[in-house]
Amino acid sequence: MKLKAVILVGGPEKGTRFRPLSLHLPKPLFPIAGFPLIHHHIEACCKVEEICEVLLIGSFQANDALKRFISREKKLFQKPINYLQEYSMLGTAGCIYHFRDVISNGQPDAFFLMHSDAYCDFPLKELIDFKEKFMPYLMMTVKLPKDQTLHYGCAGINNATNEIVHYRDKPASFVSRDINAGVFLLDFSIFETIGAHFQSKLTRNMSFSGLEEDSMDKMNRHNRISFESEVLPKLAGTGKLFAYRINRFWLSIKSAGSALYANRAILDSYRLKHPELLTEQDNCRGNVYIHPTAEVDPTALIGPNVTVAAGVIIGQGVRVRNSIILDAVELKNHSCILNSIIGWHCVVGEWARVEGTPTELNPDAPNATTDSFYLFDKHGKLLPSTTILGRDVRVPAEVVIRNSIVMPHKELHRGFQNQIIL
Amino acid sequence: MKALILVGGYGTRLRPLTLNVPKPLVEFGNKPIMLHQIEALVEAGVTTVILAVSYMSNVLEEKLEQHAKRLGIQILYSHEEEPLGTAGPLALAKKYLLVGDNPEPFFVLNSDVISDYPFSRLLEFHRGHGKEGTICVAKVEEPSKYGVVVYDQENGQIQRFVEKPQEFISNKINAGMYIFNPSVLNRIEPRPMSIEKEVFPFMANAGELFCMELEDFWMDIGQPKDFLRGMCMYLTSLRKRSPEALHKGSNIVGNVLIDESVKIGENCKIGPNVVLGPGVVIADGVRIKRCTVMRDAKIKSHSWLESCIIGWESRVGQWARLENVTVLGQDVNVQDEIYLNGVRILPHKSISASVPEPQIIM
Repeated sequence: MKLKAVILVGGPEKGTRFRPLSLHLPKPLFPIAGFPLIHHHIEACCKVEEICEVLLIGSFQANDALKRFISREKKLFQKPINYLQEYSMLGTAGCIYHFRDVISNGQPDAFFLMHSDAYCDFPLKELIDFKEKFMPYLMMTVKLPKDQTLHYGCAGINNATNEIVHYRDKPASFVSRDINAGVFLLDFSIFETIGAHFQSKLTRNMSFSGLEEDSMDKMNRHNRISFESEVLPKLAGTGKLFAYRINRFWLSIKSAGSALYANRAILDSYRLKHPELLTEQDNCRGNVYIHPTAEVDPTALIGPNVTVAAGVIIGQGVRVRNSIILDAVELKNHSCILNSIIGWHCVVGEWARVEGTPTELNPDAPNATTDSFYLFDKHGKLLPSTTILGRDVRVPAEVVIRNSIVMPHKELHRGFQNQIIL
Repeated sequence: MKALILVGGYGTRLRPLTLNVPKPLVEFGNKPIMLHQIEALVEAGVTTVILAVSYMSNVLEEKLEQHAKRLGIQILYSHEEEPLGTAGPLALAKKYLLVGDNPEPFFVLNSDVISDYPFSRLLEFHRGHGKEGTICVAKVEEPSKYGVVVYDQENGQIQRFVEKPQEFISNKINAGMYIFNPSVLNRIEPRPMSIEKEVFPFMANAGELFCMELEDFWMDIGQPKDFLRGMCMYLTSLRKRSPEALHKGSNIVGNVLIDESVKIGENCKIGPNVVLGPGVVIADGVRIKRCTVMRDAKIKSHSWLESCIIGWESRVGQWARLENVTVLGQDVNVQDEIYLNGVRILPHKSISASVPEPQIIM
């Protein structure tokens, strides 16, 4: 069997909830547990023999960071990996339709479609085994607590046949606990479906004279087709769309809080899959990844659930727990970093305390997301969450930065709590 | 000479410290508050100190006995069965105050006040004008919290008092330290009476009340915030009067008073304005500013403390951050990496979660 993998990586207009971390770096390249986010997706794909090519589709400029990343991955996995850039926003269905020739090139039998936001221990082989001839389109689903389902695509599934009989994207009221987990295995006939939908949309829109808008806007509306809100609902109940339910850990990485949580989960997975990546030394506790070029003083205490990137300098008596420390950060003596993401090149002064609030899982709902979808509570107060320091922020000695988000290149002169600092 | 110290009640404002220890015995600058006062009185010629008490008086009696012997003075106790206010206790202690053929003027002190205690100068000034009473006045920055005194700048004769004024009248307030002739006792009955409202105004009208301005420092340390302010003032005054009492070192900043039994680790930065009591252990990499750490408390490594009072035998964990007038009672255990902001913690509590907003933990 010959397969391809398509990973949708989005663009600068997307992933805004990941700001300020995504202001200078495409979110898919954001390092989690020592590697860019989509490295984990690409690794899962490359482990599957049947997959002969991995295609990344997005609207980011193919800049240096992205190019270097892709060439490194190609070398590492010895598989063709290519980036296809959308020059206008085509939507999640529109973009794969646009590149259908590239995807179909080589006559593969089917292709995986993956969202870069979705993270789990991708069961790609299981999906291949589960897909039958009579299941042209297979969607991976996961069960979430009722109140969280409203933020995702909800699927009504026939328990006997696993057919998806109903599908609503981000419904206004409860539809189903099974949600779209962002991984599909699709026959190429999907392009006919999308094409037909595109045509009907075109003719429908042509019938409006569109006096107010100019033709550019009209064209944009036509071209943008969303897989979740336009294609899937149509496929539901036609006997073609089926669900593969997973019962394992799954996370949607939308915000910094979920990045920290994914960090923890991925570090945990290294215990089994890549124990050589974990750092075991006297000043570490639990799962810790420390890049070989980082300098960590022996009197510091790192972990559990900490990732320390390249060129980081950690001084005497520093405490880091449940945090991601990005490249070239300097943590001065006796500082304390808890539940935070410290951006590239930040400097944290002596005895300073940078602390976020850990977003903990509800233990009764194993796949509950850690994300709060709202930044502020009903009184306009910033909800407690992960503290994020953007790139090149300087925190003076002895202050406390708690539950706050600091924009890049900011030099702070005092402590802050529960604030966004521009 | 004799002195009466109004010890009074429960010291509720200094809780949680005063839950285990009567307020006069709480150490201020590594010495019980009361002892600062008694030693200053002895220097001015006082040989008998009468304590007007109501709460935990037996603890007081026990602890003060050794000091009485050492100083060669007599300490007597006047027990209030019911709270008698600020004047009533004088009438109750009458029998002690009038002992002897020719009763001399006696001092009266509020037990909460710390100062350089210029009792000799007060006695001299009092004898100088020959009237019935002299009170000390202190200059403060926020006078409306107290009772303000209006007086003749030339001779110190008091004209009137205004309690908690609504407009600015004066920035001199009643400092809670007095000297009276025994005849004052005729103005007071052994019932709850306020000296500010029921005695002083009459004395002032009769031209019998004078005041002397305090020149060095003064503070009412009845609550933690003021306790710490008073501590800073006291240390500043120590720097002037006996700088050898203060500590020096590469890890010391500003005025720091450290008992000789204290152990301090490496890479610490202590001060300014820190008092460390006997048996205190400070581990490596600790930063302390503007704090009093009581006897046998332990501060673990890399923590950061500012404006706190750490109670006797308490333990503060590693990488902890305590600030904003956080007060730990006796034997409180704060675990590693905890953040406490303006928190008062009652004795024997163990804290395992941060408290980022001011609160009381029972």
